Amino acid sequence: MRAPLSWIKDYVALPDTLTIDELTDRLTALGLKLEAIHRADITGPLVVGRVLTMDPEPQKNGKTINWCTVDVGDANGTGEPQGIVCGAHNFKPGDLVVVILPGGVLPGDFVISARKTYGHVSAGMICSGRELGISDDHDGIIVLPTDAGVPGQDALPILGLDEEVIEFEINPDRAYAMSLRGVAREAALGFQVPFTDPALRDTPAGNGEGHPVSVEDPIGCPVFVTRSVTGFDPSAPTPTWMVRRLEQVGQRSISLAVDITNYVMFELGRPIHAYDADKLQGELVIRRAVGGESLKTLDGNVRALSEEDLVVTDASGIIGLGGVMGGESTEISDSTVNVLVEAAHWDATAMFRTGRRHKLTSEAGKRNERGVDPEICEAAADRVVELLVAHGGGSAGRGVTVVGQAPATAEIELEPALPQLISGMPISAEMTNAILQQVGCTTTSAGDRLKVWPPSWRPDLTDPYDLVEEVVRVVGYDDVPSVLPPAPAGLGLTQEQQWRRRLGRLLASTGHVEVISFPFVGTTDLDNLMLADDDPRRTTLRLANPLSSEEPLLATTLLPGLLKTAARNVSRGLEDLALFEIAQVAKGDRMGPTPILGVDQRPSEEELAGLTEAVPAQPLHAAVVLCGNEDRAGWWGSGRPANWSDGIEAMRMLADSLGLELEIAAADLAPWHPGRCAELRLAGEVVGHAGELHPRVCRNFGIPPRSVAAEIDASALEATAVAVPQAEVFSTYPVAKEDVALVVADSVTSAEVSSALREGAGPMCESIRLFDVYVGDQIEAGFKSLAFSLRFRAPDRTLTDAECAAARDSAVAVAVERLGARQRA
Amino acid sequence: MSGPNTNYDPVQVSALDEASVFDMRDAALAAINAAIDLAGLKEVRSSHVGDRSPLALANREIGALPPQARKDAGSRVGRARAAVAQAFEARQAVLEDEAQERMLLEERVDVTLPWDRHPMGARHPITMLSEKIADVFVGMGWEIAEGPLVEAEWLNFDALNLGPDHPARTMQDTFWVDPPEDHLVLRTHTSPVQARTMLTRKPPIYVACPGRVFRTDEYDATHSPVFHQVEGLVIDKGISMAHLRGALDHMLQALFGEGMRTRFRPSYFPFTEPSAEMDMVCFICHGSGQQDEGECRTCRGEGWIELGGCGIVNPRVLIACGVDPEVYSGFAFGFGIDRLLMFRHGVADMRDIFEGDIRFATPFGVEL
Ligand SMILES: [Zn+2]
Repeated sequence: MRAPLSWIKDYVALPDTLTIDELTDRLTALGLKLEAIHRADITGPLVVGRVLTMDPEPQKNGKTINWCTVDVGDANGTGEPQGIVCGAHNFKPGDLVVVILPGGVLPGDFVISARKTYGHVSAGMICSGRELGISDDHDGIIVLPTDAGVPGQDALPILGLDEEVIEFEINPDRAYAMSLRGVAREAALGFQVPFTDPALRDTPAGNGEGHPVSVEDPIGCPVFVTRSVTGFDPSAPTPTWMVRRLEQVGQRSISLAVDITNYVMFELGRPIHAYDADKLQGELVIRRAVGGESLKTLDGNVRALSEEDLVVTDASGIIGLGGVMGGESTEISDSTVNVLVEAAHWDATAMFRTGRRHKLTSEAGKRNERGVDPEICEAAADRVVELLVAHGGGSAGRGVTVVGQAPATAEIELEPALPQLISGMPISAEMTNAILQQVGCTTTSAGDRLKVWPPSWRPDLTDPYDLVEEVVRVVGYDDVPSVLPPAPAGLGLTQEQQWRRRLGRLLASTGHVEVISFPFVGTTDLDNLMLADDDPRRTTLRLANPLSSEEPLLATTLLPGLLKTAARNVSRGLEDLALFEIAQVAKGDRMGPTPILGVDQRPSEEELAGLTEAVPAQPLHAAVVLCGNEDRAGWWGSGRPANWSDGIEAMRMLADSLGLELEIAAADLAPWHPGRCAELRLAGEVVGHAGELHPRVCRNFGIPPRSVAAEIDASALEATAVAVPQAEVFSTYPVAKEDVALVVADSVTSAEVSSALREGAGPMCESIRLFDVYVGDQIEAGFKSLAFSLRFRAPDRTLTDAECAAARDSAVAVAVERLGARQRA
Repeated sequence: MSGPNTNYDPVQVSALDEASVFDMRDAALAAINAAIDLAGLKEVRSSHVGDRSPLALANREIGALPPQARKDAGSRVGRARAAVAQAFEARQAVLEDEAQERMLLEERVDVTLPWDRHPMGARHPITMLSEKIADVFVGMGWEIAEGPLVEAEWLNFDALNLGPDHPARTMQDTFWVDPPEDHLVLRTHTSPVQARTMLTRKPPIYVACPGRVFRTDEYDATHSPVFHQVEGLVIDKGISMAHLRGALDHMLQALFGEGMRTRFRPSYFPFTEPSAEMDMVCFICHGSGQQDEGECRTCRGEGWIELGGCGIVNPRVLIACGVDPEVYSGFAFGFGIDRLLMFRHGVADMRDIFEGDIRFATPFGVEL
C-alpha cells in the first residue's frame, strides 16, 4: 500500500514539526510496516513546456523522429524556444509536456546535456512517465492537462514528484489500512491527534427510484447500493491532481470515470464498480452462478463459472463477477454518458475463493477478500457521484438504491486484566478501555468484564486476544520487557537425538562430508539406479504440484540425491569424495486419506490415532557414497581407492557406535554390483545394503567406475541400540592364541566360516579374527584359504596347551563338518 | 702342623706383583679410554675386561700363592679389576649416549612434507547450527521435539488456526501429495510438531522444534523450496509476551554474544494472537547501521535484521490441541535456520547450502 504524505495529511492534523521518519517509525510500531519511502530521484530543471512546432523526420533506420521546438518560458535563461529531438508521437503542437533541460538528472544518474543527434542539437528531453520513474508507461511522453501549468513552471510539484510517498506492508488482518482513510486513522491514533473521516458524509437515503436491484444471496452480498450520473462527458480529462495521486499509489490513469472509482477505492478502501447505464438491460440480480455459466470479463477472458461464484446479472445474462471483475458487455467506454455506480459489500470468503479459482488478483479483489468496511457503501457511491459530476459534468440521478444492511459486528467480552497478563506489561483496565475506544471500539462495563463492539472497519476483531493485540500495539510492542520463562528442569536431548548426532560426528570424523539433498526424485533416477520393477523403493509418494515435472516423487532412498551430488562434485574436479547424508525418507505405501478433524475441541484418541496412522512411515536413513581414493596418493606412495569394503565398514562403524553388531551376508540388489553387495542385518532383519556400485549405475549418474555406496535404516538401528551399555567382566589370566588356516570353496563366505568357528570354539574363546585371505598357486582353483587367529582365555585359571588345542580342534571340526573346510597344511 | 712353603717361588707368580697388576690395570684403562665407539669398546671388553683378560687370568693365580701372600695379592687384583670395570661402564655410557645422539641426528626428517593422506570430513553447517540452537534451548530446560516431513493437512493447517481458506493452503505455496484428497502435505513449517506435542503431552510444555520444511518457492540465491526452521513453543500458567522476549533474547545472546536484543513489531499469523515480527539488533554494527564508515552490509544500514515471527499462541489453537486456555497460555516463535546461517557465517548464495559441493561444508568441520 502506497500512501502519499500529502494525502494522509488531508485527514489527520499531524504536527508540522513531525518528520517523515518519526511518522513511519510510529506507524511501523503500530503494525503498518514501512517498506520504503519513495522520493523523486530527479534534480531539475524539470519544467512545463508547450510544443510549438514538430517536424517528423524519417531516418535511415526506419524510425521517424520529431524535431520539435518547445516553449519553456524563461526556464532556459533566454526565453527562446528550445530545440528538442523526440522519438514519441503521442502529442501535437500546442500540447503541454514535461521537459528536462540540460543540467537536469533523471533517475539512474542519467545526466541531461545538449547533444548532437539525428542532425540536430537536442537541448534537453521531452519525458515519458517511465523516464521519470513514476510509471512503467513508455508508449509515449507525458501530455499534461491543458490547465496543468504554464511554460517554464517547475513540473516537479505538478507531477507530485516533490512529494514523499510512503509504502507500507499491510498484514492480512489489517485490510482497513489498504486505504488512505485507514492509514490516516492509524497516524491519528499514533500521535493522538484529530482524524477527519472522509467516509463521514451526508448521503441521500435509498428512495426506490434508483436502478432496480434484487439480491438473491444476502449472505454473499449483504449490501448493494447504486447511484447514477446522467449527461456525463466521456471526453472530460482527469484532473492533474487526481492523475498525480493515482500515479503515487501506483495506479495509472485510464479515463475519468475509471480513475474516479479507483481514486475512491484508495481513498476509502471500498472497491466501486461503474457500468455504462445505457448498456444495462433492466433489473440487476445478484446471485450465485449455476453450473455451465460463463462470463467474458473486462480482461477479455471467457471464464467458466462455479456455483460458488457471485454474479451480477441483468436481462441479458451475467454482466459481472461480483466484487472481483466486471464484464465486457457493460463496461465504461469513451462514449459512456450515463453511468451507474455500484458500491456493494461482498462476503470476503466468497471473494477469496472466486479470486483464487479464476486466478484473478486486482486492487479491488485484494480489498474485498480481506474485508472492507460494510457501512461505507453509500458514502463511497456518493463520493464517486460527487467527483463524476464535478469533473465530468452531468448531473446526479435522483434515484438511490440501497438493498440490504451492513451486518453488525459481534460483541466481544473481555477480561480487562487480559492485556496485562498476556503482554507482561502494566496495563490497567482504564487504559485498556481507553485504547479500545481510540481504535474505534464501543465499550461498556458489564460487571468485571468489558463488553466491546469493534468498529465496522475492523472485521478482523472477533476474539478477546484480538483486542489484546490492539491494546498492546498502542501501548507499544517494543516496551514488552524481557523475562526468562520459568521452565522446569528438562531431560535434555532424547537418546535418539544423541544417537543421531553421534552418527553424524562419526561419519564426519572418519572423512565423510555431510550433504543435504532435496528429497525430490523422478522415475529416471530410479531407472538409473537399475531398480527392479517390483523393488519397494519404487513405491513412492507423488507430489500433486512438483516444482519440476521431472522430479515429482518423494525419495524412498537417499542414494539418488547423494549420487547426483557426487556427480556435481566430480564435474567440478573434486574426484576423491566421501559424502554422507542422514535424513528421513518417505515410504510410498498408500495409507488411505488422512482425516480432516474438527478444531472446536481436542479430537478423540481414536480420531488422533487414525490421523497419525494415516501419515506414511518416514524412517531416518543414513547413506554414504565414496568415489576415487579413500586414502590419497602422496609422497608416501600411491593412494588407496575406495572399495566395496569401505562402504560396509562405514555402516558397521555406525552400528558399532550404537552398541550393535551387524550381520553381513552376500546379496544381489540394485544399484550394487551383483557380486559385491552386502546385505546388512540386525537380529535377522535386513536394515541396509553396502558395496560397490554397479558399473552401469556409475555411468548413469556420471561418477567414476567402482564408486561405492551404502545405505542403512538408522531408525531400525536406533530401535535396537543399546541405551545403557553394561561393563564387561574380563579375566586377568593369560591369553592363549591359536591360528588356523582353513581352505574352503570360493562360494563359502568368511562370515560363515567365522560363525562356524565361533560355534565350535566353546566358551573360552575370547575372539576370532580373520587375518589373511589367500587365493593362488598353493591352493586349487575354486578354493581359498582363510586364516583366523583365535584367542582363548578362562575366567578363573590359566588354560593349558591341551585345553587350547582341544578348543581349536573343536572349532575347526564345525567348519569342516558344516562348510567342507579343510585345514591348510 | 704346617711348615713354611718350601716350594715358594716368587718368580713363578710374578704376574701378581704390584707392578704387574698396576701395568695390567693401566693398560686396560688406556684401552677403554682409547675406544672411540661401542664396537671398539666391545673389543676392549674381551681383551681387558672379560674372563680372558690379563687381570682375570692373574686373579686365577692367587690360589697358587702361599696363604700369607694371598690376601695382599687378592686385594690388589680386586681393586684393579673394580677400577677397570667402573671405567668400562662409564665409557660405555658415554659412547652409548654419543651413538644415540648420532642416530637421532641421522634420523631427522623433513617435517614440512605434507601429510594429508586422510582428508578431513565435515558435518553440514545447517545440521550443526540446528544443534547449537537446540543446545541453547536445552540449556534453558526445554526439550527438542521432532516430527514427520510428510504431514497430515489437519496438523499442518487446521489445528493451527489456518482455516480452509487460508492463502497458504493453495497449490501456489504448499506441496501436496497426490491425490490432494488424501490431505497430506510436505509440512510448510515445523508447527505441526508443536500441535503433535500439545496433543500428546500435558503442560507445562517447553519445546523447540528444528527441522526441514517445504514451500513451493523458486530456487535462487535467497529462496529454496526446501529450507530449515526452528520453532519454539511454551505452554504454562501465566506465560506472557515478556517470557517470549526473554527466551529469544537469551537465544540470541547465546548465538551472537552479549548485548543482543530483539525488537517486536505487530504482525499477523493465524497461529498466534497477538502476533509479532521479531528483529534482532545487527550483530555486526550493533544497531548503528554503519560499518567501516559505510553502510553496514549485513543489515543494509537498517541496524536490525528480520528474524521471524512470534506471538502468544491463539486460544483457538490451544482448544483444537486440547489445552485449556482458561488455565494456560503460551507463546510460539519461528525463524529460518538457513538465513541465520547465511548472515552469521557469511553465506552469499542459498544454493550453496543444498548443492553439496564439498568445499562448502568442509571448512565448518565437525562442530560449529
Ligand atoms: Zn548492521
